[in-house]
Amino acid sequence: MEYIPHTPADIERMLRAVGVEDIEDLFSDIPAEIRGRYEPLGLEPSPEPEVRRELERLAARNRRLVPFVGLGLYDHYIPAVVNELASRSEFYTAYTPYQAEISQGTLTWMFEYQTMICELTGMEVANASMYDGGTALAEAILMARRAVGGDKVLIPRSLNPFHREVVETYCRGAGIGVVEVPYDEEGRLALADVPPGTAALVVQQPNGLGIIEDLRGLKERLGDAFLIVSVYPIALGVLEPPGSFGADIVVGEGQPLGNPLSFGGPLLGIFATRREYVRMMPGRVSGRTVDAGGKEGYVMTLQTREQHIRRERATSNICTNSALCALRATIYLAALGPEGLRRVALLCLERAHDLAEDIREIPGFELALNGPFFNEFAVRCPDPERTVEKLYRRGFAVAPPKVAERMGLPDAFLVAVTEKRSEAELVGFLETLRG
Amino acid sequence: MGTIYHRGKRGRRATSWPETVRPPEELLAYIPEEARRKGLPWLPEVSQVELVRHYTALSRMNYGVDTGFYPLGSCTMKYNPKLHEELARHPGFADLHPLFPEEAVQGILELLWRLGALLKGIAGMPGITLQPAAGAHGELTGMLLIKRYFEARGELERRKVILLPDSAHGTNPASAAMAGFKVVPIPSNEHGTVDLRALEERLSEEVAGIMLTVPNTLGIFERDILRITEMVHEVGGLCYFDGANLNAFLGRARPGDMGADIFHFNLHKTFSTPHGGGGPGAGPLAVSEPLLPYLPVPRIVKEGDRFRLAYDLPESIGRVHPFFGNVLVMMKALAYILTLGDEGLREVSAGAVLAANYLRVRLRDVYAVPYDGLCKHEFVASTANLGVKARDVAKRLIDYGFHPPTVYFPLIVEEALMVEPTETEPLETLDAFVEAMRRIAAEARENPALLAEAPHKAPVRRLDEVKAAREPVLRENPPVSPG
Repeated sequence: MEYIPHTPADIERMLRAVGVEDIEDLFSDIPAEIRGRYEPLGLEPSPEPEVRRELERLAARNRRLVPFVGLGLYDHYIPAVVNELASRSEFYTAYTPYQAEISQGTLTWMFEYQTMICELTGMEVANASMYDGGTALAEAILMARRAVGGDKVLIPRSLNPFHREVVETYCRGAGIGVVEVPYDEEGRLALADVPPGTAALVVQQPNGLGIIEDLRGLKERLGDAFLIVSVYPIALGVLEPPGSFGADIVVGEGQPLGNPLSFGGPLLGIFATRREYVRMMPGRVSGRTVDAGGKEGYVMTLQTREQHIRRERATSNICTNSALCALRATIYLAALGPEGLRRVALLCLERAHDLAEDIREIPGFELALNGPFFNEFAVRCPDPERTVEKLYRRGFAVAPPKVAERMGLPDAFLVAVTEKRSEAELVGFLETLRG
Repeated sequence: MGTIYHRGKRGRRATSWPETVRPPEELLAYIPEEARRKGLPWLPEVSQVELVRHYTALSRMNYGVDTGFYPLGSCTMKYNPKLHEELARHPGFADLHPLFPEEAVQGILELLWRLGALLKGIAGMPGITLQPAAGAHGELTGMLLIKRYFEARGELERRKVILLPDSAHGTNPASAAMAGFKVVPIPSNEHGTVDLRALEERLSEEVAGIMLTVPNTLGIFERDILRITEMVHEVGGLCYFDGANLNAFLGRARPGDMGADIFHFNLHKTFSTPHGGGGPGAGPLAVSEPLLPYLPVPRIVKEGDRFRLAYDLPESIGRVHPFFGNVLVMMKALAYILTLGDEGLREVSAGAVLAANYLRVRLRDVYAVPYDGLCKHEFVASTANLGVKARDVAKRLIDYGFHPPTVYFPLIVEEALMVEPTETEPLETLDAFVEAMRRIAAEARENPALLAEAPHKAPVRRLDEVKAAREPVLRENPPVSPG
């Protein structure tokens, strides 16, 4: 066994030191009745070449469609330097930086990441990651209730339906009611009134249907209740950060920042808030301090919020998070810089709007909503199911009509366009729709 | 060393991108004026070589399993096979969007289904969900399942209590509280295991369940486990098992045979997937028959040689993850199980338990071992007998080139050092660790300042945590007038 180094002589020496005859004696404290019931899996060990062959067979059984699909996860180009640096095993074979003196690498990039997330979102503090955008949003709602009380949360009808399902699971468990807020004919949030007992209003920017929301005046209408904004971080290269509109918490799916699609996991939950709420925030945080010689360094800080100290009174149960995905996001943002991020966002804008224009010109095709969008939009056509099937057959993936339908928009499929979509792919996509 | 913000210069770039066809102003006009970003975010501006040197330098200030021995108790820091890293980059896995149609992702669905089937076999339990992204996420999912179960039986009003041994991981009480349960602790007896009398006293029809770690965080197997689960079942409660310590009995015993109703796996512990500097992990959950109707959806169903997603559980608790959980982590766990086979699974627990017991007997004449006796994959020592802080011994270990054990946990042992060597360390490494620990004990008597001021050989000396918490500096701030 290539991963276990013990030779028969090593085993013999260790057994003797322990004072037992046989390996099996080490398990004598497990009741024999339990051990006796064990049933093996019926699985022979496999050498590396065979394991590789089997996994490659599974990989080959997947069809790599060209993704014109988003819903939180977007196919952006990942610079080689991100993969290369994040593959350094000093990063990925470490764990949570409990021993700060030999974890300065992790603690430093966490501090950088927190800075970058604050800059993107316009917030004052950020944690070092949550599991994904959906659970980050759910945790934001729980935090809002801790901060302001209340028993309900307002959720847009246009919220990413996959995030919404996670939020509903968490809210049901925590006894928080979910109240749906409709959208207008442009697809933008139509908030009528804020009922008493509201802990928070959730807004997604751009929303699940791709439409850019108007965040002005929302916080003022909420009073004490929290304004929680869920973002698409790449779009923040061209969209005003939610912090400018008084957001109390900003969350989001961070996968688009240098992480592969990975069939939906691992992902990266972004979480940022205002400084006054930092002690209510879930998750790990890196802080700057000095060592015994006065030299600058970093530690995990504000740990009295966390489960390993505060137990049932912790701000969250989160422990293991998405550190390596956050490292990739950090390197990605450093690799792009402010101009690179803006360029990527502008390329998304341009390619998405050019494609939308061309689709509109196809007889029978139209955009389902006429609100402003970033890089994702809903298309309506005579037979959307068949159109989507046809796209699949030609190697293109869009979000099927059932997805938009869950946001109250029937007979439409969602299309997302990133800077990675080539001219040939865009032409092929259009021709498929036309044909 | 400074952050990336201390490198580079305005105008430098590490990546290149195509030009847009139209000028930016024209494109920005697609965005309503009020939503248009006014300035650019303050991000680093570095050349590619500066970027590479910075993160290479940071990586060298880190200690990972690939650097050396990492006996961090409760975390199972075993070796992370390199085959898995290479496979995870395969575009046939990495480039799949979770909204691709089922026909396009048969391979990944097969992978998930097979892993699920194998995990059910390892747990000896009939149900599985792969969605939880980490152990604590699995715990929360488990608590929501328990809630749903009692809701369906009309008992939710009275089932308010989750029982927890005082040696439990901090995530256990936090997860129970998140689901709205009241946590009632059970004291440990003199053997470090659940005190049956204390358990008996706390059992009532208010008890929704118990959360147990098996073996417990002292590395001790609960000899009375069958009695404990039976007692909880007798009052109608459910038994949650925290699987962080599965490495202790892999391939030899199954939680399902011990009376578990819910069992979470930590794929990043037992199944060799990397810890990533704090994640991503994965926390799949196996469940017993009565909980099957409440599992998260979608389930992955096999029909002939085809796989599909089923949303056929009307009483499901719903999704706990936007899609299918941490799929690339699961890919690595499957590769690991296929490599091991039944024989390898047994070898893992044999190696892990043997190494832990070896270290225990080699250290117990120098360090106190409060619950001394046959341990499983880890044991807890104490520095209290030496009159030094566990923290100081831990920091001194850094100078000897080792990652310290977990310190100050479990809470029931003073000055605790929780040591988990795993099965992947050569005997020479274990011996070198013993030697270092013994020398540190001698230093503690002869020159305690050496410990108190350690580490001496790390990139930084001991860091001021009090200052960090009192005056939190949590980000870089941009220069007052940029550029």
